[in-house]
Amino acid sequence: MVQVETHDQSPERSGQPAAPHGGEGHGGHGEDLSFWRKYVFSVDHKVIGIQYTITGFLFLFFGFCLMLLMRWELAHPGQPLPVIGGLLGASRMPGGVMLPEFYNQLGAMHGTIMVFLGVVPLAFGGFGNYVVPLQIGAPDMAFPRLNMMSYWVYFVGGLIMLASFFAPGGSAQSGWTSYPPLAIINPTGQTVWLIGMVFLITSSLLGSVNFITTIVQLRAPGLTWMRLPFFVWSQLVTAFLLLLAFPPLEAASVMQLMDRVGGTSFFLPSGLVVGGAVLSKVSGGGSPILWQHLFWFLAHPEVYVLILPALGIVAEIVANNTRKPLWGYKSMVYSVLAIGFLSFIVWAHHMFLTGMGTVMNTFFQTTTMIISIPSVIILTCLVLSLWGGAIRFTVPMLFALAFLPMFGIGGLTGLPLGLSAADIQLHDTYYVIGHFHYVVAPGTIFALFAGIYYWFPKATGRKMSTWLGHLHFWPSFVCMNLIFFPMFIQGLHGMQRRLWDGGASYEHAQSTLYLHELIMVAAWTMAVFQLPFVFNFFWSMWKGKKVGDNPWHATTIEWQAPSPPPHGNFAHALAVHRGPYEYSVPGAAEDFTPQTAPAGATGPGGPAGPGAEPVPAE
Amino acid sequence: MTEEHTEQHVDIDKHVRVYITVFVALMALTLITVGVSYLHLSKGPAIFLALLIASVKGSLVACYFMHLISEKKLIFTVLIITVIFFIAVLLGPVFTHLDDISL
Amino acid sequence: MSSAIPYTVEPRPDTGLNNVKIGIWLFLASEVMLFGALFASYILLRVGAPTWPHGREYLDVPLATINTLVLISSSVTMVMAWASLMRKQFGRFRLFMGGTVLLGFVFLCIKYVEYTTKFHHHLFPSSNTFLAIYFTLTGLHALHVIGGMVVNSYLWFSGGKMWRKHPQQFTNRVEAAGLFWHFVDLVWIFLFPVLYLL
Repeated sequence: MVQVETHDQSPERSGQPAAPHGGEGHGGHGEDLSFWRKYVFSVDHKVIGIQYTITGFLFLFFGFCLMLLMRWELAHPGQPLPVIGGLLGASRMPGGVMLPEFYNQLGAMHGTIMVFLGVVPLAFGGFGNYVVPLQIGAPDMAFPRLNMMSYWVYFVGGLIMLASFFAPGGSAQSGWTSYPPLAIINPTGQTVWLIGMVFLITSSLLGSVNFITTIVQLRAPGLTWMRLPFFVWSQLVTAFLLLLAFPPLEAASVMQLMDRVGGTSFFLPSGLVVGGAVLSKVSGGGSPILWQHLFWFLAHPEVYVLILPALGIVAEIVANNTRKPLWGYKSMVYSVLAIGFLSFIVWAHHMFLTGMGTVMNTFFQTTTMIISIPSVIILTCLVLSLWGGAIRFTVPMLFALAFLPMFGIGGLTGLPLGLSAADIQLHDTYYVIGHFHYVVAPGTIFALFAGIYYWFPKATGRKMSTWLGHLHFWPSFVCMNLIFFPMFIQGLHGMQRRLWDGGASYEHAQSTLYLHELIMVAAWTMAVFQLPFVFNFFWSMWKGKKVGDNPWHATTIEWQAPSPPPHGNFAHALAVHRGPYEYSVPGAAEDFTPQTAPAGATGPGGPAGPGAEPVPAE
Repeated sequence: MTEEHTEQHVDIDKHVRVYITVFVALMALTLITVGVSYLHLSKGPAIFLALLIASVKGSLVACYFMHLISEKKLIFTVLIITVIFFIAVLLGPVFTHLDDISL
Repeated sequence: MSSAIPYTVEPRPDTGLNNVKIGIWLFLASEVMLFGALFASYILLRVGAPTWPHGREYLDVPLATINTLVLISSSVTMVMAWASLMRKQFGRFRLFMGGTVLLGFVFLCIKYVEYTTKFHHHLFPSSNTFLAIYFTLTGLHALHVIGGMVVNSYLWFSGGKMWRKHPQQFTNRVEAAGLFWHFVDLVWIFLFPVLYLL
């Protein structure tokens, strides 16, 4: 939307990135800003990035707690949960025993919160906002006020989602997928969910416009496309996915709201029978499948929104901790662009069992198989990047290394799901849950942890404790596998998803019920071992070891800024002369050469590696 | 700066002539499309003609009022990609249900 | 506030664009997908329905034709408003922008008449799927018209101050608002025949 004018506009500039003068030109003078304008309603991308990060983590932990409750129920169906069970009230857990409706609420909200309130705001809003302007040598995002708005709209959307737990009848309880007709006849919480989604989608749209404009327009002189860090490429593609894939879900949410509140029948078929009686007050003629199409049109690109920033983070950390350039940078760039494009034409592989017919099943199966190729290329390049590297097992690198096989398992287990014949057996079973959690949990979330440990020194000027980092990493890694691997076994045996009693009354599930206990114990254990991370994060802000501007000896531009960077980021205008991963350049004095180091300054033999040409005329 | 200004001025005059022409064309096409609808054609031709005329009108607005005809490559690229996905969302759902619809 | 951000007004040499122009086109791309999804819903609902009314059975075609001409006219006045600024004729800008706002208001009034007539005849979105998609498509479109009117009115009212201080930036903003307004017109160009004439 067109920005509303404010005061204090200095005359139009020549277009060069200006050297900031102690906060001048940002709504007054930096030091004069009130507490509220500086820390709460700030337009500085770093503050907003931190806001997104902390809020995202809070939601992530909340969604995690919901899952812990679910895991109790699955391992001990119908049994009272000590202590906590009594606190949740008679409408949810009378006598401490979970009601099936409450289990369904937990399930729907766990998914919603983790995806829309946790991971994406963290990966895109948090990391993207903080790091991208710094990595491209920009003073801020292209539209700082829009940026601030996008955070607060997200915040309000999150509050609305939380409030839905207190609606009569509880929160949304038809899965994060909200399929009609069930979602339309379910209690009020679903309406609140839909309203919350409208806010979240709006926030997303504002953010994606900002990211794309920033990356296109605000790259420092000399920072050509093929010199961009892979992290920036991945955020760019992610922004496009959010921009173009979310609107159909917004449209669908409006239509579902109208069905629920306005009596329309967009998704309600004629002659629907509910509780033994035909639904009489609606016109019928709607299509439940329409919702599925519009939902998955968003939700499939959404899963790439979940993974691409993570791939970007891992790429940065791998290059940095192998002290050599990424292997196949160009292939990775083309692959991430291909993934972005293809992700829009695979959505109906979530709908193989809806009777679309063999032609369309085959079409979507084919595009799904094709999209696995660029994904494998990226993973392969990351793995090959390790070969011959001088690997430093820093805490970020531990998480990044673990990411690789975990993402591999997640990706490979997706292949049978993408084949429509195999999907007949596997659809809606725990196999699916195992598959996507491997990609998101020991996949994306590990990458996000890696990113925190990696960029914490940039944001605070201090390092997080390595010892606590190990205490966080190793048990988490073990627990992740103990939680999610058994799900493949359960799913292959035929245990369905979304069973509130964990399949206790379901014949197919009997032989694998014992695994619920293992999963529950592993989940609760993993919860315990997140505490070192939380403690480390906050304690290190005050007591962490102080470090300089570039403690990891990294090449990318963000490490040229002070730690933490001031308002406006860079003290002098920057020029880029090199590619993003000039580590161990032959003849160089150090084993890393920053992107801003002048070309040819590394001594005899010249710099090697991609992108080391002199600054092109721009 | 002054030469640029004069060039722009002349340019704008040309543009304004184009705007008026496009305006007249849009009005005419609107009346034509309404007129065609009164011919009570069968479904297929009716849909085809209505969408054809709408596409011409839309293209005129996009190319001339929105200056797409002289726009930069980057904008074009974004729009082409958008159009591809637009077609995907428009036709995807109905193509997956060809078996159970009545055309 | 954004003075340290490059290319807010002057175009970046390699892309040839300023930030606002890219921003508004990206936003319009997302809007294409929004209305695309609604048109997709229309298609699926219509082809899956045993019967589907012709638009004229429920809707006032002559009135909507007038409305179409009104909106197209407002698009012309909008682009003329921008052209006036390019010619440094602020007075004519005010005239044309005022005309745009006025025509937009006329559009909304006619829409109001259409809607209330339907409600008066007990025709609601809940009555059948044709009316459901009709009200949703035109309603969302009308919301966009209102949004555009708010922006245009703001530019018309407070334009003088910004024109005096930062004429180039103001011209860019009017152009961006114009792009949004033309898009709203573009959507109607398709909405009108699809809903009313088929």
